[in-house]
Amino acid sequence: MKEIKAVEITKAVIKLVKRANFSLRNDVLLALRKAYRYEKNRRAKTILKAILDNTAYAKEENLAICQDTGMPVVFVQIGQDLKISGNLKAAINKGIEAGYKKYFLRNSIVMDPLLRGKSGFSPSIVHMDIVSGNKIKITLLPKGFGCENKSQLKMFKPTSGLDEIKKFIIDTIKSAGADACPPYVIGVGIGGTADYASIMAKKALLIKLSAKHSKLEEDLLKQINKTGIGPMGLGGQTTALALNILTYPTHIAGLPVSVNISCHALRSASVIL
Amino acid sequence: MKKMNILKAGQRAVVCFPLGKAAGQELFFSGIIYVARDQAHKRLVGAIKKGSRLPFELKNSIIYYCGPTQTPKSKVIGSCGPTTSSRMDEFTPLLLKHGLKGMIGKGNRSKEVRDAIKKYKGTYFITYAGCGALLSKYVKSANKVAYGDLGPEAILKLEVENFPLIVAIDVNGRSVYGED
Repeated sequence: MKEIKAVEITKAVIKLVKRANFSLRNDVLLALRKAYRYEKNRRAKTILKAILDNTAYAKEENLAICQDTGMPVVFVQIGQDLKISGNLKAAINKGIEAGYKKYFLRNSIVMDPLLRGKSGFSPSIVHMDIVSGNKIKITLLPKGFGCENKSQLKMFKPTSGLDEIKKFIIDTIKSAGADACPPYVIGVGIGGTADYASIMAKKALLIKLSAKHSKLEEDLLKQINKTGIGPMGLGGQTTALALNILTYPTHIAGLPVSVNISCHALRSASVIL
Repeated sequence: MKKMNILKAGQRAVVCFPLGKAAGQELFFSGIIYVARDQAHKRLVGAIKKGSRLPFELKNSIIYYCGPTQTPKSKVIGSCGPTTSSRMDEFTPLLLKHGLKGMIGKGNRSKEVRDAIKKYKGTYFITYAGCGALLSKYVKSANKVAYGDLGPEAILKLEVENFPLIVAIDVNGRSVYGED
């Protein structure tokens, strides 16, 4: 059986911390460049240019793209034929802690959500999944909270129509308005349970923005871009860069829908060991 | 009034207390701003209510809603973009009443804040959201002023040069986001 030491995982996570925080995902960068080319509103164009300049400057100067280096969310896919020696979760958090310190990122995590108190770099949120094979895939998504705060979950009736669901998704974006750093990338999870719909919504943010989109996704994106919120909420046709939906079977009594919003600084990085 | 062009923002620009500009106007600001966000606001308001001394002179000051990353070696400050202003809404009217003149952040404000801005002749500015790396270029010095135990939420005094701003709510309470 293939074996991997926990220390190797820590080392890989440290590298992911740098990649995810200093350079924007290529698909997001391409979508921003495209939006910049097509945007007609003068001010929106200036803002999109500043966003592009920011990513270039961050990479050049080894600075975080955004000061909100997020709540680190880690998705792990472990091959069932792989043996990990050591504590996997501890190894991941050790890598997060060491990486965030090493690269001068922000200590945004408070240990007690009610008492708050002194903030630190970890723990991260870890989602684990067992898959076939003998490899491990680790994905780090540093999730900023300006946009996380605007995410919503609604439990629809099983008899609810598609129009109601579409309205809920669009209203979620309207209520985020200027606050969560548009242009947004929107992840939607439909089905499963309340928790599972929300994980799907977050996972949908990992799908390439250039991936083939369904009619429903295209239609929602079009309607969202018609709201005229625009970059920084100051108008324009670029309110969202992409919208991706993930679905899962659900119960006869329900229809959960979760919307997870990402700011334009959608950062994530993956590694396979 | 210079036309805003962040790309060439190294140039010398408006150096004045940036009040009295109309909503939507763009400008560069050079001078002193104080960094304070959620927990610092809670403490400032608590101190005012108790009648204790504030850690900096609030009168005629500008507060920047921001929590920078740690400062990398050889830099003045790390990435330092604006955070969502509306979280500070409940604290803002009292600060304006006690002399705060300007705020810098991102996103819309409540009606109560808009009314207080008009009443106390303040101004709310926004700056490039999600562009923390780029904005660090305009910070010439950064010093901790108070609440060091709050880590990234401590109050800092920044000296900025040509810091790009857009007036979002002007002294007359007019908002770039509309007034519904």
